[in-house]
Amino acid sequence: MIATELMKVENDKAVAALPEAIVRYIESVRACEHGESYLIAVLHKVQEHFGYLDVRQMSAVSQLMQIPSAKVTGVASFYHFFTFVPRGKHKLSICLGTACFVKGAGQVLDKIKELLHVDVGHTSKDQLFSLDVARCVGACALAPVLIVDEKVYANVKPDDVARILGEYGFVTKK
Amino acid sequence: MATPMEQLLERRRGAKFHLFRDKFSANVRITVGSATCENAAGSEAVRQRFKELLEQHKPKHVVLGSVGCSGKCDMEPVVLIVRPGELPVKYVHMTPARVDEVFAGHILNGQAVEKYTMRHESGLPAAEQVISVCEGAHCRAQSAEIQKAFREALAAAGLAEKVVVTPSACQGLCAAGPVAYIYPDDVMYQHVTPEVAARIVNEHLVGDRPCSDHIWQESRVSNRFSPLYSDVYFFGKQLRITLRNCGVIDPESLDEYLAVRGYEAAVTAMTTMTPMDVINAITKSGLRGRGGGGFPTGVKWNFAASQASDTKYIVCNADEGDPGAFMDRSTIEGDPHTIVEGMILAGYAIGAKRGFVYIRAEYSLAIKRIGKAIEDARAAGFLGKGIFGTPNDFDIEIRLGAGAFVCGEETALIHSIEGERGQPRPRPPYPAVSGLWGKPTVINNVETMANLPAILLDGPEWFASIGTARSKGTKVFALAGKVKNTGLVEVPMGTTLRQVVFDVGGGILNDKRFKAVQTGGPAGGCMPESALDTPVDYDSLMAAGSMMGSGGMIVIDEDSCMVDMARYFLDFTQDESCGKCTPCREGTKRMLEILNRITSGRGVEGDVEKLLRLGDTIKKTSLCGLGQAAPNPVLSTINHFRAEYDAHIREKRCQAGVCTALLSYTIDPEKCVGCGACAKKCPVNCIKGQPKSVYVIDAVRCIRCGNCFKACKFNAVQRK
Repeated sequence: MIATELMKVENDKAVAALPEAIVRYIESVRACEHGESYLIAVLHKVQEHFGYLDVRQMSAVSQLMQIPSAKVTGVASFYHFFTFVPRGKHKLSICLGTACFVKGAGQVLDKIKELLHVDVGHTSKDQLFSLDVARCVGACALAPVLIVDEKVYANVKPDDVARILGEYGFVTKK
Repeated sequence: MATPMEQLLERRRGAKFHLFRDKFSANVRITVGSATCENAAGSEAVRQRFKELLEQHKPKHVVLGSVGCSGKCDMEPVVLIVRPGELPVKYVHMTPARVDEVFAGHILNGQAVEKYTMRHESGLPAAEQVISVCEGAHCRAQSAEIQKAFREALAAAGLAEKVVVTPSACQGLCAAGPVAYIYPDDVMYQHVTPEVAARIVNEHLVGDRPCSDHIWQESRVSNRFSPLYSDVYFFGKQLRITLRNCGVIDPESLDEYLAVRGYEAAVTAMTTMTPMDVINAITKSGLRGRGGGGFPTGVKWNFAASQASDTKYIVCNADEGDPGAFMDRSTIEGDPHTIVEGMILAGYAIGAKRGFVYIRAEYSLAIKRIGKAIEDARAAGFLGKGIFGTPNDFDIEIRLGAGAFVCGEETALIHSIEGERGQPRPRPPYPAVSGLWGKPTVINNVETMANLPAILLDGPEWFASIGTARSKGTKVFALAGKVKNTGLVEVPMGTTLRQVVFDVGGGILNDKRFKAVQTGGPAGGCMPESALDTPVDYDSLMAAGSMMGSGGMIVIDEDSCMVDMARYFLDFTQDESCGKCTPCREGTKRMLEILNRITSGRGVEGDVEKLLRLGDTIKKTSLCGLGQAAPNPVLSTINHFRAEYDAHIREKRCQAGVCTALLSYTIDPEKCVGCGACAKKCPVNCIKGQPKSVYVIDAVRCIRCGNCFKACKFNAVQRK
């Protein structure tokens, strides 16, 4: 009896931590054959909604899907696509695919790091930019490619970086 | 009741009628490329502008449509305009401003705007008609003579200015060879000899009476692409089987896929062939897995088919993770129904009722398109219960990857679909015996799937006639890097690397010196100039120390440092190592440390030997393909470019000028004019001097950024 009540309390907590659409999605996939196999799909939805995964949401997923929380964290941390760090207002993604690399994307990355004082996978102090590395976005003919949010900048040179970031509110400190 | 085939044909007639009313009845068709790369290059604005102009001017009989990427990436956005009786015109680097010009000139006045055409940008002469003469393996011996006969006859007829003769790649019509194709008349001539060539010019081109006794009458799905594109050399040198519909049909329209004999192979197989017949046909075609391993597809299917299990699965591997490879993305974005049909065929062959498409989460447009294709197919009764009105059930579900390169490995991919960490496990048992949830599972790559309908429609014998003895058909490469023509290149197996890079690819950008070509992505190797005559097929590439891989092909010129390239690939694999087995997890890390040391000028004698020993151990002892192949880029660069490693270690010198820590800058007093441009650009103010006198760089404080090198207009700054 106590166990059921406890379960209900935990469930309610979990339901409160996630948007309704995701809760419903979890319910629908749990009814499917091999329901636990949708864990990655659920995590995709959570990250799409919140921009990142935090402990509260992951334990909610664990509770609702009835998958041990160690496994949820284990799966989330295995895949590069999932992040535990809140994202900045604008997402910078520099392609380091081979074509971009051969055409100097490494120098562009260095320039971004230098200007924003931010490392790959992190967010700048003012929360304006988060920096990620993409492994080939398939626009190799436009190399090197820098993607800001949805916009693709082609043939980017290190000297272009300040100007591009400027379009999103970056101010060069003299 | 109508048979499944009658139902399909009825549907196709309906689709064609529908298209005819809406599209093909028009005199002029405008299609705008629409794919991730096209969109990035600005195709949406181009399409929008055409739409506005069409609404404004309302010209009669003009329609606007979308197609997937045709594969000429460096010229995107590409717009194709087809008018009856004219060469199909491909406009390149389109912008809204160029659309205005093209619309006014070509659509309203009927005059092509020559300066923006692909022919013009590719340096080809303007022409009214093009004769393309096959130069494939079978036709090669006579090709030159036939081309000469055409040119002479054209000159005699006074048509030399208007008609251009060009060579083409093998068109897969070897039994009818030598063949010649006339644009835009859409006539293929077979068994051409110099005498026949002269007749074609006089009767067909001058007299407008095609030589009916030499016309090739059959049709092949694989010959659909060339009438629209192949008058341009870059496309003419290719044979499009996998990509037959990319750039031709609207990827979001089931009707257009049906119109090009879509789903005919699936219905034919289910109504006239047993599953074993399908397996035998694929085995006979010689198709090998296009994901990189090259395992014979028919044999893999046979393993799974012979398992006694009521549940089996088909997985389409679209987790295209190689940096520099985008063939699978383009195929799905350009022709998603082909993948659905391929999976239906594979499912029927092995007895699977469920299929999964495992695709990278980053490929948003491809996910959208394959999703729509699956929905449309389901609505049409091509997926679900009793598909096509046969007793067979089959349905497909999409599963997203989450950015783990190792998930391209089949056992890791299976774990990922099951919702686990994507780590591989030892084989056997192979997935064909025990895969998803312990059931027999066949995993085929996107390109493999795309070949299946073509093989069944055009026949396994035909497919087996293309390529080399042990590698059949074609291979799609994503050609990129320092090469003039970047894009998707589909060539018959056995084409040499030199032909791909210098003929189709047009040679090195800015006419720099060729240094290497990298195939196989992070699992492959770099091949130097001496290996350029290696034919591209599974076995030859393997023997040359690289591998086919999934099809990335990156051209490297003298400006790239090979040690740095090796470091780049190892950095990738080291990052992507799943950590399960020690040789890969620790070994690649140690190799990367050594490479970082070498490229930062701290390399010591014996480092190369350590790399060789570590690499050998990792190859022999890793569990899965990722680890077993991880050392390849390092080993192959040591093998072919040992001198560069030695220069880095012994002389602390990077010839290509890439490894900044090894560079030093000095000013040549003979050349310095004392302008001071270098000093102004120096971020650390380490260049001293007075205007009109020689400047000097303080080597101790120099951070080797290279700004001075770029700033000097007199080549006085020397980089060593």
